[in-house]
Amino acid sequence: MIAPLTASEWEIVALSLRVTLVAVLCTLPIAYGLAWVLARRRFPGRFLLDAVVHLPLVLPPVVTGYVLLLLFGKTGPVGRFLNDVFGVAIAFQWTGAALAAGVMALPLMVRAMRLSIEAVDRKLVQAARTLGANRWRAFLAVTLPLSVPGILAGAILGFARSIGEFGATITFVSNIPGETRTLPLAIYTGLQIPGTDIAVARLVVIAVLLSLAALILSEWLVRRSAGSDAHVI
Amino acid sequence: MSFDIDIQARMGDCRPALRLATDATLVAVTGPSGAGKTTLLNCISGLVTPDYGQISIAGRTHFDSDNSIDVPPDKRGCGYVFQDARLFPHLTVEQNLLFGQKYRRGSSHWTLDELADLLNITALLSRRPASLSGGETKRVAIGRALLSAPDFLLLDEPLVSLDSERAEHVNSLIETLKAAGNIPILLVSHDPAEVARLTETVIRLD
Repeated sequence: MIAPLTASEWEIVALSLRVTLVAVLCTLPIAYGLAWVLARRRFPGRFLLDAVVHLPLVLPPVVTGYVLLLLFGKTGPVGRFLNDVFGVAIAFQWTGAALAAGVMALPLMVRAMRLSIEAVDRKLVQAARTLGANRWRAFLAVTLPLSVPGILAGAILGFARSIGEFGATITFVSNIPGETRTLPLAIYTGLQIPGTDIAVARLVVIAVLLSLAALILSEWLVRRSAGSDAHVI
Repeated sequence: MSFDIDIQARMGDCRPALRLATDATLVAVTGPSGAGKTTLLNCISGLVTPDYGQISIAGRTHFDSDNSIDVPPDKRGCGYVFQDARLFPHLTVEQNLLFGQKYRRGSSHWTLDELADLLNITALLSRRPASLSGGETKRVAIGRALLSAPDFLLLDEPLVSLDSERAEHVNSLIETLKAAGNIPILLVSHDPAEVARLTETVIRLD
């Protein structure tokens, strides 16, 4: 039970971490941009944008996965475009698993970042403007650094959501060993096979340890950036 | 002409207006709370767009509704000391003081050290705004505006939240700036007596 990880377990952990990190890092700037627009701009269609961003949170994950398959599959409009122009296929690839995880994590990341952007006093941005900073520089000097705790909180929520992603992933990119079989999918696969209790238990322990490590790391990062009173848990 | 301003603004039901054409270096605007004094300063700084009118300071037109001129706040060269100071909480006092110098090309009349000395805030340079008293916060805000090499100064209730000794200190600083005569200053105060000793050019809003 406490033996070092086997080669196949390492493969699952490494794939899960790669999928999750790519998902979080690629989604982060998009989520922050959406959070800023929703927090600071008033425009027609804002409610619709807000609703679309939150859809993955309320839809059954299988539905989100199916929509991704329709859009990014070989015959889907985006998938065909990516294949024709860049020669890239996403469906049934680990990159597709990252896309599914990113889409599922997006609403949680946007919510955390939006709260922290809304908490930045606009009067400080005004002060920066009167001191000679244009809109972009005032954003970089004031709004962005003051919303770092929200960015970290969003990243950790996104990490937690991504590493546990199951429904959209298995629907969109299937359950291919070494390519799309992430930790939750490997646990699910093990549960389907009799006599694999110990293998499944080992994967469950790995999942718990990974999630705990992420939480502890995020607490440390947030406290370091925002003072000892701040926390994400 | 240092100030040539004729604007009408809107603030809820209140419609503050300011008409002012003077060569005086220091102009004071007084009036009761809610008369729209801060709204007018926001208009002059470019943070609020007046309904109509025009704003020229030291020969530069910043706003002219007839000719569709509305210079953005970062291009107006204004040193605005807000009533609530608005120091950046994530920066040290020194970083706050030097904030404007990163974005403006002109050079200030003072160096950081001279001004910190003048405002008696040298000991605070490495601290964060959250640990400052009201008077210290106000002096840092004044220093930040002055170090940004402004073409004109807007002071919103500069003496509020200062004890009498500090108020005297800031008063004499304003007198020094006025005597130097190179930066037009518009000062807003609710207290006519407070501005009486600083300038004879007083506009009263009702």
